Amino acid sequence: MTAPEVGNGRFQPRRRMRNVLGQLFRALFLLATCVGLAVLLVLLVDVLRTGAAHVSWDFVTAYPSRFAERAGIWAALIGSLWILGFTALFSFPLGIATAIWLEEYAPRGWLTRTIQTNIANLAAVPSIVYGILGLAVFVRWLEMGRSVLAGSLTLTLLILPVMIIAGQEAIRAVPNSIRLASYALGATRWQTVSRQVLPMAMPGILTGTILALSRAVGETAPLIIIGALAFVPFVPNGPLDSFTVLPIQIFNWVSRPQPEFHDIAAAAILVLLGVLLTFNLIAILLRNRYTQRS
Amino acid sequence: MTNSQTIAPPSAAVVQTRDLSVFYGQTEAVKSVSVQIEPNQVVAFIGPSGCGKSTLLRCFNRMNDLVPGARVEGTVEFQGMDLYAPDVDPIEVRRRIGMVFQKPNPFPKSIYENVAFGARINGYRGDMDELVERSLRRAALWEEVHDRLNVSALSLSGGQQQRLCIARALAIEPEVLLMDEPTSALDPIATQKIEDLIWDLKQEYTILIVTHNMQQAARVSDQTAFLYMGNLIEFGPTDKIFTNPVEERTEAYITGRFG
Repeated sequence: MTAPEVGNGRFQPRRRMRNVLGQLFRALFLLATCVGLAVLLVLLVDVLRTGAAHVSWDFVTAYPSRFAERAGIWAALIGSLWILGFTALFSFPLGIATAIWLEEYAPRGWLTRTIQTNIANLAAVPSIVYGILGLAVFVRWLEMGRSVLAGSLTLTLLILPVMIIAGQEAIRAVPNSIRLASYALGATRWQTVSRQVLPMAMPGILTGTILALSRAVGETAPLIIIGALAFVPFVPNGPLDSFTVLPIQIFNWVSRPQPEFHDIAAAAILVLLGVLLTFNLIAILLRNRYTQRS
Repeated sequence: MTNSQTIAPPSAAVVQTRDLSVFYGQTEAVKSVSVQIEPNQVVAFIGPSGCGKSTLLRCFNRMNDLVPGARVEGTVEFQGMDLYAPDVDPIEVRRRIGMVFQKPNPFPKSIYENVAFGARINGYRGDMDELVERSLRRAALWEEVHDRLNVSALSLSGGQQQRLCIARALAIEPEVLLMDEPTSALDPIATQKIEDLIWDLKQEYTILIVTHNMQQAARVSDQTAFLYMGNLIEFGPTDKIFTNPVEERTEAYITGRFG
């Protein structure tokens, strides 16, 4: 079967072996992808089967109740949106500004390297630690109480390292030749950053922001620590009101003994997924608009 | 193009360096170079890789400021003004001394916006459409792009992109144009167009060009400077450098014995 080998015998191409190996790895990678997808699919199907029947407009707009059939997620949903909005408001400007400083302004030296290393470390700190920090600083020391403000500031701290790192990656991906071209035309650093670098980095920055905010929406532990309530029969009217969020509501229902509550927990999970997907969709649309313009 | 406040002496150099040295950390990339460049000349800087010619070129519009660890000693004068004096703003220097890079580096924006950018950031108050057209015409690109000014500059060919970069540099009305191997990434036909353009632009600008291509230096330049290992070995009229160089090393390089 083997074709005549070119050369004088000093090469041992073993083409068959190399091709088999190539195919093997291809199959391996495909398998790995399928495992991830399958788990996700099973999860979705399971939640859908349990929860889909309970998702209704009444369920979404009802306040929590002792009775599973009357309980709803209105307070948690609105609470989540408040938290999401404020977290985005705080973390986006702070994250971008820090990333810009680190990439475009900071002198290359030990100080910058130390800051950089610490940001990377902070990204790996368990979220509950941020909860404790938030409790000490925002809730008690700054006397914000168990408010939306305290909650979103805590989550801001939590996702800030991730946003900064993602922002830096995006800014670093802008070719240096663009900066040089801009400087050579007499642009200042800020003109170069604001008119050339940031527009080019924006799709990447937005992707990082989406991922970070999605994480914030799904967080439970730090909000429990700072005292988000599990049973909230009202929606927050301002940043200083107390609140609950969807993950806490879900956690609360799942930990009850009655199986009816487990079912509506599944329904709440579906709503949470819906919120996340909508949110990501908006971000993707935004990103595409940016990409098309450049 | 007249500058009211400058009273130019008869043989005034538009740019000149005195004992100019550039260090990258401990390495001395340019060693005590003194050159005088007269207006409306094309001056070619030639020499083997790493001889410091690009580094030298970047001194003329203070682009070396952007290289971490780079240090400049000696003086660079532009119309009698010390470019490295403490009260000189590099922003102003770069407005008056334009630069074109080795690889075409248009902004990922429309052709129009590429040309308009420099004028915008420098507070141009005139008619922007007119400026864009004039700059594109001067860069011999207008005929090819006038009906698609709003398409992305990245859709142009490499040679067109480089001429766009030249148009972009001309739009801020500089007096000197620095070109760092402007054709090394281009094919022969595109190179030809850029060389023709350099010839035309000489009427209005002083052009300093770094090139690896000795035929190009011979074709486009009036003066040639040969650099070797950071030293300026020889500087003089191009035909003399190419036909009757004084220095042994110049001749060796020109005739291709090393490089």
